Amino acid sequence: MTAPRKITLTINGTVRSAEAEPRMLLADFIRETLGLTGTHVGCEHGVCGACTIIVNGEAQRSCLAFAVQADGATITTIEGLAASDRMHPLQKLFHECHALQCGFCTPGMLAAALDLVGSHDRLTTEEIRTGMSAVICRCTGYDGIMRAVTAYADQLGKLAPAKG
Amino acid sequence: MREITGYVGKPLLRREDRRLLHGEGQFVGDIVLPKMVHCAFVRSQVPHARIKGVDFAAARRAPGFVTALSGRDIRNVVTPIAGMQVSIPKGWRDRFHYHIDVPAQQILADDKVNYVGEAYAVVVAEDRYKAEDAAELVEPDFEVLEPVVDVDRALKPGSPVLHAEVGSNVISVMSTKKGDGAAALARAKHRIKRRYYHHRYAAMPMECRAVVADYDIRTDSLTVWSSTQVVHWIRKEIGSILGMPEERVRVIAPDVGGGFGGKGHVYPEDVLVPYLARTLRRPIKYVEDRFEHLVNSAHARDNFHDLEIGFDDDGKIVCIVDDFVIDSGAYSPVGATCAANSIAHLLGPYDIQNYEAKGTLVATNKTSNAPYRGAGRPEAAFAMERAIDIAANSIGLDPILMRLRNMVPPERLPFSVGLPYRDGVPITYDSGDYPQALRRAVEELGGLENFRRRQAEGLAAGRYLGIGVGCYVEGTGVGPFEGASVRLDPSGKIMVAVGANNHGQGHETVFAQVAADVWNVPIDQVVVTTADTAAVPMGYGTIASRSTVTAGSAVVHASAKVKDKVLAIAANMLETPTADLEFRDGAVGVKGVPDLKVTLKEIWWASRPGWDHKRPPDMEAGLEANHYYEPPTVTWSYATNAAIVELDPDTGRVTVEKFVAVHDAGILVNPLLADGQVRGGLVQGIGAALYEEIAYDENGQILMGTLADYLLPTADDTPPITVIHQEIPSPSNPLGVKGLGEGGAIAPPCAITNAVSDALRPFKAEFNATPVRWEQVRKVFAEAGVSTPRGRG
Ligand code: FES
Ligand code: FES
Repeated sequence: MTAPRKITLTINGTVRSAEAEPRMLLADFIRETLGLTGTHVGCEHGVCGACTIIVNGEAQRSCLAFAVQADGATITTIEGLAASDRMHPLQKLFHECHALQCGFCTPGMLAAALDLVGSHDRLTTEEIRTGMSAVICRCTGYDGIMRAVTAYADQLGKLAPAKG
Repeated sequence: MREITGYVGKPLLRREDRRLLHGEGQFVGDIVLPKMVHCAFVRSQVPHARIKGVDFAAARRAPGFVTALSGRDIRNVVTPIAGMQVSIPKGWRDRFHYHIDVPAQQILADDKVNYVGEAYAVVVAEDRYKAEDAAELVEPDFEVLEPVVDVDRALKPGSPVLHAEVGSNVISVMSTKKGDGAAALARAKHRIKRRYYHHRYAAMPMECRAVVADYDIRTDSLTVWSSTQVVHWIRKEIGSILGMPEERVRVIAPDVGGGFGGKGHVYPEDVLVPYLARTLRRPIKYVEDRFEHLVNSAHARDNFHDLEIGFDDDGKIVCIVDDFVIDSGAYSPVGATCAANSIAHLLGPYDIQNYEAKGTLVATNKTSNAPYRGAGRPEAAFAMERAIDIAANSIGLDPILMRLRNMVPPERLPFSVGLPYRDGVPITYDSGDYPQALRRAVEELGGLENFRRRQAEGLAAGRYLGIGVGCYVEGTGVGPFEGASVRLDPSGKIMVAVGANNHGQGHETVFAQVAADVWNVPIDQVVVTTADTAAVPMGYGTIASRSTVTAGSAVVHASAKVKDKVLAIAANMLETPTADLEFRDGAVGVKGVPDLKVTLKEIWWASRPGWDHKRPPDMEAGLEANHYYEPPTVTWSYATNAAIVELDPDTGRVTVEKFVAVHDAGILVNPLLADGQVRGGLVQGIGAALYEEIAYDENGQILMGTLADYLLPTADDTPPITVIHQEIPSPSNPLGVKGLGEGGAIAPPCAITNAVSDALRPFKAEFNATPVRWEQVRKVFAEAGVSTPRGRG
């Protein structure tokens, strides 16, 4: 075990510093060291996507990175989307479309959807379906999630007609 | 029977959502307590071995080490959980031949390990990383034994026996009959026997299991947070095994990331972690990782049905004889439940006079098998629905028409089946219209004739399309009971607590809808607590599609008791007879006189103990009541699932073009959430049919250790799905509801295998085992010498 290193990053608009052993996963650093437990860990090996967060503007699985790799990064987690008494438009759509049941996949779903819609100018529903396959949901059967993300793309004027 | 209107029946958005959408949910893994330590389990890497010793010497020197225990260390201190965690009523025992001898699992294996993943030691350290480091240093001394890796081997003379105390690998046998199956078979014009195999897979919630425990020395009490579906069961086991009054054990399931049955019984960790908290006098946390979940949390299904169907020239089924074996794995914590369910559900929506069924549970050196969404029903439906397709095809009758000829028609409901349910009560299908569900499902796919035309045209052009259906009935809302506690708070709010646990179903919303209507208050005036043993004295839990029926009814009855007192106090305050009063908008008022009313808050104040209250003379203070609803028996949901598939001759790929479910769960308290429950179940069933599988090699080694090996369906794997709800009310409970948690997962495996077999009818291929693998489909085409039609890409 090597000595802990000091890590400084900007998370949800706040600069935070803390020590972490080099082997500490970014997901554990966020959840345990920084106390932001909205990010979930469903597999620890990069498959389920529940741990997805936004690092320097891009969706990333926080169980596949070490905390030390995020030194200096700017990160958004589910806690950073909107203040507790407000709702980000995507959160609102997830609520309205019944896009969550147990809510365990939800942090990853929100991050994946923000990245997917944010990084495209146009998206068909099929592209949304494929893009959202980055995160596994065991509860909903994806129907509400698809409706929510499609409506979000539409709100931003990015929904393309399905390819014939 | 239905007296409630207002919120019930409306697609209300969920009150649970806000916290979960902000990352403010509280899952067990999120809980942090001062001075908390962490544990890691040491699990067997071999399927079968005698434990000669466990060496902690190196582990003890690891940084942050706190303590370690082996099975032998706790052998007489932390005794096993009962081998079978559910009880069987006399009414069932009287009608069944049975022998149940389910072995108990040690909290930590002390003499033998019986599957890869079984824990034989636990290590506690200052943090999770350190606990895992130390656990890796634990040295077992094992004498490896020959493993029992399949049921055929397990039943052969001379096979190693897992549980010496049972004496053989048969841990349960049960059978029952109606009419005379053997005689009817002998007389039947046609008879077809096959082996139908429903494979091994698992609930696989996205949150693994987790337990946090905190011991309070002052009150000698334990608070335990567990990611479970059954807080009251856990409290009972902790109380009895650790020798504490149940009153001093509080078990809470906070936000739970899915269960589906996999968290529906008490696991050894649920008892051991609290024991460690009490011993160490420090809070302690255990969070299972995905590998542990795959190898140690319960698996499901793994049934072989040798089923013979007898039928006449018209396709009328005259008898069913089924002899099935369940590969139970090493233990069977919910005992014979799945076998009993399979026997009770096998006849499905059909009127069949002669029936014999026998189920045998066999122990093998694999992870324990326990109920998962459907719990015995998907297996039974799979065998039955495949048998009908094969039978129909053998006499040139369309399988869908054969079903219509055998279904119980709606005018014969309530229909007495002639078998007892698991609760001991004779089965009576209470309400519904089975043929209508089947017809609607097929119509939704474009109609049978249309499809057969498309199929023939496709075939001529080298395209392989198939249609398949799966029909089932499901006993829901099973007893023994569910508890609810209803109390009027000084604020005027209605405080409702239910024994049913919430892990995604939206109970906080659903039971608020029920209570708001019963009390005629705005829904915000209802506060709902779930899954906390301190909030309701006795409860059962969220398993077996039962919460809306049982907990919903308990809320209605508990409320009625409190409402009677509230009304009497209001009558006293308003000096008006109760007959002239009504509950309206959070108050009790005089009928027809809008201004004359007292609010619930004022009524609480008038009810309080002490001087100057306004209770009628002789009325005791306190506006609270518990009710334990004991359902007379189950109520019967049912559905038809139907699918159209297309097969790719080159790759064997199975594409589900369209999937339809016509489902009846009676009155839907919240149609939005009900729809979500059914859809979630359907996609799990589709996963079971096509993707998910837990396999073992010939040495008993499990082959699935990550979610990259255990394939869960993603959005891309999910076909277009239509869900139609036939809301035919149940006459059996005050809300007119039937259960719906499990239904979705029951029939996709039969609908899809039937559709695949239908597409392959030109080659007489039968798919009588799940999952359908592409390579098997491709093999059928290859053997038939089918080449790719030109011009397709
Ligand atoms: S926890 Fe990171 S992908 Fe599953
Ligand atoms: S809502 Fe439970 S895993 Fe997606």
